[in-house]
Amino acid sequence: MVVGLLNANPIVYKKKERRARNVPTVIDEYAVEPIDEQEIFDYIRDIKDPEHPYSLEELKVVTEDSIEANDKQSYVRVTFTPTIEHCSMATLIGLCLRVKLMRSLPSRYKVDIRVAPGRHATEAEVNKQLNDKERVAAALENPNLLELVDSCLEPTYA
Amino acid sequence: MEKPNSWIAHVEAFVDSARATNQQAASVDAIAVLVHKDLLTLEGLVIEMEQYLTTSDHVIRARGILLLAEVLSHLLEKPLDSRTVSSLVEFFTSKLEDWQALHGALIGCLALLKRTKKFGMVESNDAKSLAESFLRNVQVQSLAVRDRKLCFEVIQRLLDVYPQAVVELGDDLVYGICEAIDEEKDPRCLMLTFSLVGTLGRLFPDPSGPLGNFSSDVFDILSRYFPIYFTHPKGDGLDITRDDLSKALMDAFSSSPLFEPFVIPLLLEKLSSSLPSAKLDSLKYLNSCVPHYGADKVVKHSQVIWSNLKDVIFNLSPHRSSLSTYGSDGDMDSEVNQIANEALNCLQTAISHLNFPDQDSFLCLIIDDEDIGTRFWSVTSMKNYSGASTEIQCQLSALGSILSIASKVSVYCCTNVFQKFFSCLMDILGVSGKHASKLCVTDHNTCSDGLNFGALYLSMELLTSCRELTLSSKEFAPEVISEPRSWFYVLKNISRELCDALGSILETPESAEHVYCAVKGLQVLATFPEIYSPVSEATYEDILVMLMSIITRRNKETYLWELSLKALVQIGLWIENAHDSAKAISYNKLVIQRIVSMLQPNDSTISLSLKLVAISEISSIDLYLLTIVQAFEEAIVSNLRACFEGNLKSSGVLVPLLQCYSNQVLPRCHTCGNFNDIAVQVAVSIWNQIEYVAVFRSAILMKDVLDQVMMTMKHLVAGCTEENQFLILQKACSSLPKTFLIAESLPCALSQLEGFQCIQDTTLMSCRDEWVFSLFGSVVIALRPQTPLVNVKILLNLFVVLLLKGNMPAAQALASMVNKWPADVNKSEVSYSLDQAIEEILKSCLWTSESSSNFIDRDSCFQKYVVLGLAWIGKGLLMRGHEKLKEIAMLLLKCLVAGKNVDITPFQQHENGSKDVGQDASSPLATFAADAFHVLLSDSEDCLNKKFHATIRPLYKQRFFSSMLPILLSSIKESDPSSKKVVLYRAFGHVISDTPLAAVVGEAKKIVPTLADALAMLSLDILNKDMIYSLLLVVSGILMDDNGKAIVLENVHTIISLLIKLISYPHLMIVRETAIQCLVAISVLPYARIYPYRPQVFRAVSTALDDRKRVVRQEAVRCRQAWASIA
Repeated sequence: MVVGLLNANPIVYKKKERRARNVPTVIDEYAVEPIDEQEIFDYIRDIKDPEHPYSLEELKVVTEDSIEANDKQSYVRVTFTPTIEHCSMATLIGLCLRVKLMRSLPSRYKVDIRVAPGRHATEAEVNKQLNDKERVAAALENPNLLELVDSCLEPTYA
Repeated sequence: MEKPNSWIAHVEAFVDSARATNQQAASVDAIAVLVHKDLLTLEGLVIEMEQYLTTSDHVIRARGILLLAEVLSHLLEKPLDSRTVSSLVEFFTSKLEDWQALHGALIGCLALLKRTKKFGMVESNDAKSLAESFLRNVQVQSLAVRDRKLCFEVIQRLLDVYPQAVVELGDDLVYGICEAIDEEKDPRCLMLTFSLVGTLGRLFPDPSGPLGNFSSDVFDILSRYFPIYFTHPKGDGLDITRDDLSKALMDAFSSSPLFEPFVIPLLLEKLSSSLPSAKLDSLKYLNSCVPHYGADKVVKHSQVIWSNLKDVIFNLSPHRSSLSTYGSDGDMDSEVNQIANEALNCLQTAISHLNFPDQDSFLCLIIDDEDIGTRFWSVTSMKNYSGASTEIQCQLSALGSILSIASKVSVYCCTNVFQKFFSCLMDILGVSGKHASKLCVTDHNTCSDGLNFGALYLSMELLTSCRELTLSSKEFAPEVISEPRSWFYVLKNISRELCDALGSILETPESAEHVYCAVKGLQVLATFPEIYSPVSEATYEDILVMLMSIITRRNKETYLWELSLKALVQIGLWIENAHDSAKAISYNKLVIQRIVSMLQPNDSTISLSLKLVAISEISSIDLYLLTIVQAFEEAIVSNLRACFEGNLKSSGVLVPLLQCYSNQVLPRCHTCGNFNDIAVQVAVSIWNQIEYVAVFRSAILMKDVLDQVMMTMKHLVAGCTEENQFLILQKACSSLPKTFLIAESLPCALSQLEGFQCIQDTTLMSCRDEWVFSLFGSVVIALRPQTPLVNVKILLNLFVVLLLKGNMPAAQALASMVNKWPADVNKSEVSYSLDQAIEEILKSCLWTSESSSNFIDRDSCFQKYVVLGLAWIGKGLLMRGHEKLKEIAMLLLKCLVAGKNVDITPFQQHENGSKDVGQDASSPLATFAADAFHVLLSDSEDCLNKKFHATIRPLYKQRFFSSMLPILLSSIKESDPSSKKVVLYRAFGHVISDTPLAAVVGEAKKIVPTLADALAMLSLDILNKDMIYSLLLVVSGILMDDNGKAIVLENVHTIISLLIKLISYPHLMIVRETAIQCLVAISVLPYARIYPYRPQVFRAVSTALDDRKRVVRQEAVRCRQAWASIA
């Protein structure tokens, strides 16, 4: 069997400008800044694609619009779009997203990771796998997999 | 003559290739010195070395020849007779055949060729035979780099010094050089080969000569390098950049018109390349080749050159998308911009060199180009800049640049461009000139439906380049002015209407771009040189009136307003530079007088802040600075008077007025030269106002006004020379209330003081007195050290009394006085020394009279004043490095720990007289004393700084830090663990955070434990939050230092638990953020020591993940990762 790239030639999009938040001139020390979509997006935009040296943002796997966050109800849903329909990397990308958010959000949060509807051959299976606590935990027990995930997450800590 | 055996050892050392290199170099030096001192003749050397120079062992022979060559290159300044030189040349020339010894032979040839006439140089025929031998025997390209480089240097030297001799070699020479430089790749050698070709070009200008025969070969060799592709990294030690190589190649290309048939087509071909660097280089080369080749050679290419340039300019013109970059140059460094600029340069060169008055000139190509015509119509149909497509916008700016370049070149070109385009533009703009253009179609829209921006823009570009043309060419032929066809005549006839049209555009501007162009146009029209001015005197005045009316009426339209102001300033600066007296008069009348009158109180045209902006901008014209300064003075004085009389509105005016005056206008007076007169006058008139008003009507103090007046006074005084400062000081003294000056000795002043003992506030001192004393203090603060003080004793007393009443400027003035106290008492008029003065001050501060109660008993307000005053005086002493500081520091320390049974007087005899007072541990006194350390160590804007001529010893903070640290540390240790510690920690905190970090880090070992304790204790009180932050910065500074890390490691437990506590510090976000950053820094410390704390840190950081501030959360994510990855 010839081992090749699943998607040898993905379309690379331009990175969006980092949006500067308009900082109020008089800083209220005690005002609350809730966790919002932009903040979540800032956490995950730089995750590297497992296959290519591009970030998920550049491949448009995740966009700011595909994130839904509610700070009051401690809920985040990330919908990601694999670059091709039968991408076997979809679970790995989903795992990276989950691990990154697990490490970045307070423990009160419930994180929901989904493949965009109709964008993957085995959509239901992937969704189930990604949102199964036991299976995620088991996956992270696997040192090879963990190493792979960590290498994808590395650019996000720069 | 030295004995042979004394130096023959050197020869042996050199020839023996097993010896170390430096040893060999040393022996060359030694022999060269011997020869230089005439202890050894060259002849003798050669004779002794005979066996080495002629042996059949080629290694030894090569070394021998090299030795002789090296010695020769050391002797460039040693006179040698022609026979010696000649025989040496002959020797080395013959050795060029000997390929095994070639390196030495080349060095020898080069050394001989480098000799100058003064010390005996190589004869011309010897040089010729050398060249012949070289061409016959040396295969340059088969040699190593260093030898190739030598070869090229030899040839270069031959060409430079013996052109006559080598020219005779003709074809052989050129062919030989071609062979030598073919396929060269080393950048160092390339630099030489390029310059060789350049020299060849100069030596053989004849088209039928040798270079003519070989020009296609030479070009063939050189053209491979174009465009230069050079990827060496920067630090390769060669010190050659791509630009150097490119420049050298350009010089080679443009060295001879013989290359023209090859070079120009190549350049034009590469110009259409898609590689930006190739484009840029082609343009640069073209720009340099055109003038070198001469018009008659290039003219046949002009059609092609123009069409290529046109393509580049129209396709690569910088696109100005928004108003913010409009009119500015944008980013000049981008490659596209560079190319466009270079293309325009090239165009300018082409127009000016390919310029034949009759026909066929390059200019005709441009203005008769149909393409330009169509583009002209398409851009002039553009109504609005921002509404048009990007493409049209680019075209407009490209066309603008082409026309402006074309008209800038010469009067002839300008006239032609004007005839073709300008009148037409005027028609489109609806300006009815007397000339109708044949090109203009009648049905083209005039200003009926909105104004045409394209036409406006192009007109402005043309006007600007006309002006530049008048500036660049000093004198015109008279017919330019009189000839009815010339541009000047056209412009002059139409200028009146044009001004009116621009004015009406500004009346109802359609867009920001319109405003920009119209204002620019007016500015350009008003800044032509006097004799070539197309506008009449009346029109000029109209322009000024127009712009001024915008300033006074249209302040709501910010962009228009700012542009008009800038234009006015530019017009003013132009008048100043051009010394145009007629215009200066109208400018003064219409602009300056009007602007100045805006400062009068009854003027209500625009808001004060805008007025001040306008005036401070205009004051950058030195010519009118004096007028403006006077207007300021009047305004300040009248407002001050009104203030004193209780007019609250004036106080609102006065503060910004003074700010503008002291920050913007006064600094300009420094450059203008007459600062002293102005300053003295203003200062004296401020004092006059105070004298004049005996009682202030307004009951309130007007603190902000007072502060600002004080600041202005300080600036005024500080800028003056000693004599003028003395004048101001005298004036100030005479304005003081007489009662204070009568008090001649200390007891007398003190007796007055008795009355004030229980004063809590300043009500007893009248508002006016407060002003007088504060201002007087300001004058003293800003004095130079050399300025003589009169009645020093009285002044001291006065300030002490004021200090005890809580007058801050007095304390600062006192500090200033002791800081600048003359070091040598005998030489100065001051009757007593600094030590005495300090004693006096201390005595009167702390010990109001012999019988009175102890200082600690006094009410806290009084204590505060005294401690603060002491702190300032201490700062003055500290900065000059006076030892009396110790006394004051000790006093402050005593205040810190003041509790039971503490006597803080400096005098032994009073110690047993102190009373037992039940003092609260964290008494206000102790807190004041702690804060006094902040005053001691921080930099102040108000006094004791460079601006106000303070004596500043280098490293004074560090000195204080290292002397105070042990004392503070020990007293912290000694104090019982009560709340008393808090004030000590506070003082400690001030000292640590105000000292430069480097000094603190050096003492990290001592301070880290205490620092941790201090942070822990201070974080309990919200009032300390700023200090917590600055201390945390010290911690992070220590963590960044290598030594500091080791010390943190020793206390890692305390530090980590402290930082974890601070992660949840609720009062200041930056404290939390910095604490987390410190934890990140700790995570790189040795694994074994920090691993036990990992769970703790994780717990703390995961709560920080839910922090209410985003920045903290993001830091927490980073910190979590850092600690997670240590496992």
